[in-house]
Amino acid sequence: MPDVIVIGAGPAGLSAALTLRSRGKSVLLLESPGAVSALAKAEKVDNYPGLPEIGGKALLEAMREQALSLGVEFLSEKALAVLPMGDRFYVSAGQETLEARSLILAAGAARGKTLPGEEALLGMGVSYCATCDGMLYRGKNVAVLGFSADAEEEAEFLRSIGCNLRFFSAEESKKARILGENRVEGIELYGETLPFDGVFVLRDTVAPQALLPGLELQGVHIAVQADMRTSVSGVFAAGDCVGTPYQIAKAVGEGNIAALSAAKYLDQKAKEKIN
Amino acid sequence: MSVQHLTKENFELVTGEGKSLVDFWASWCGPCRMLAPTIDALGEKYEGKVKVCKVDVDAQPELAARFGVMSIPTLVVLENGKEVTRVIGLRPMEDIERLLV
Repeated sequence: MPDVIVIGAGPAGLSAALTLRSRGKSVLLLESPGAVSALAKAEKVDNYPGLPEIGGKALLEAMREQALSLGVEFLSEKALAVLPMGDRFYVSAGQETLEARSLILAAGAARGKTLPGEEALLGMGVSYCATCDGMLYRGKNVAVLGFSADAEEEAEFLRSIGCNLRFFSAEESKKARILGENRVEGIELYGETLPFDGVFVLRDTVAPQALLPGLELQGVHIAVQADMRTSVSGVFAAGDCVGTPYQIAKAVGEGNIAALSAAKYLDQKAKEKIN
Repeated sequence: MSVQHLTKENFELVTGEGKSLVDFWASWCGPCRMLAPTIDALGEKYEGKVKVCKVDVDAQPELAARFGVMSIPTLVVLENGKEVTRVIGLRPMEDIERLLV
């Protein structure tokens, strides 16, 4: 079991992973297969100290290389759910169940609002997890709202197990409303009502409050203390997911603080165990 | 045997009287597998007080349909066979215990 699972492979997550390694902690870094860090999309980075005019992609690649060379393990799976177990955390990622003693959340800002009806009907026909809930919809009509890059693969999985499926592109999905009172009845798109038994909303990352129920938020961001701890003991957060400004220097700094706080937490836990 | 596996044949018999906690799960569901040790622990802790039960939605689609389970894990609390509350998705042990008091 690694000391820490870091969720997110942008500058905050990579910075945290680097610092954890320098403190002798083992790290597993989860990167969502479809996700692209906001940094990779920046053509030129103007304000990162010491590296004037570096390209976003090049900077991210250099950070990755550094993390790899320091022994950070990478796993290309989307984190779906987290369960605190007292002295450890379970993390469900793709088809795997992982364990770690501490967590750092660094999956970036939730881009785009939730859809009308999405939160109210979550678990009542709205699902974020094709591999978890797909089988419950065999032989039924489902809509896949494909926001993420790998949504088509997940849709293929749903098709393969026997769901009658209609796929909507990110562009279409943005405009959808999810309809129903106590269960999903369909979606409304371009003024038209389309009946469905279930709606799979597939984004690059699972929203923090769905990933870890009970996690305190501040607006759309994860609430953190100055040492980057969250409301859940042993869980830290860094980068765009904790708030603006969405800047690389801030993300890197917060990743560093989160890692040091996690290291301190782990050392404290280890001491308690001995005593 | 502190956790009982329910089927449509024995469901009423087991949950008809007193308080029950029913975990709707399936073997292919990663989060459900993560919850299993917690359910086992609750079964031991509440032995004789709460009937802690599991329903495999693959083997018991009728029960899953009767309770309108559309996402797993789903935990349903029953009192004398009547649903009192439910939670959808993973919750830590102490949150689930709060549902039982």
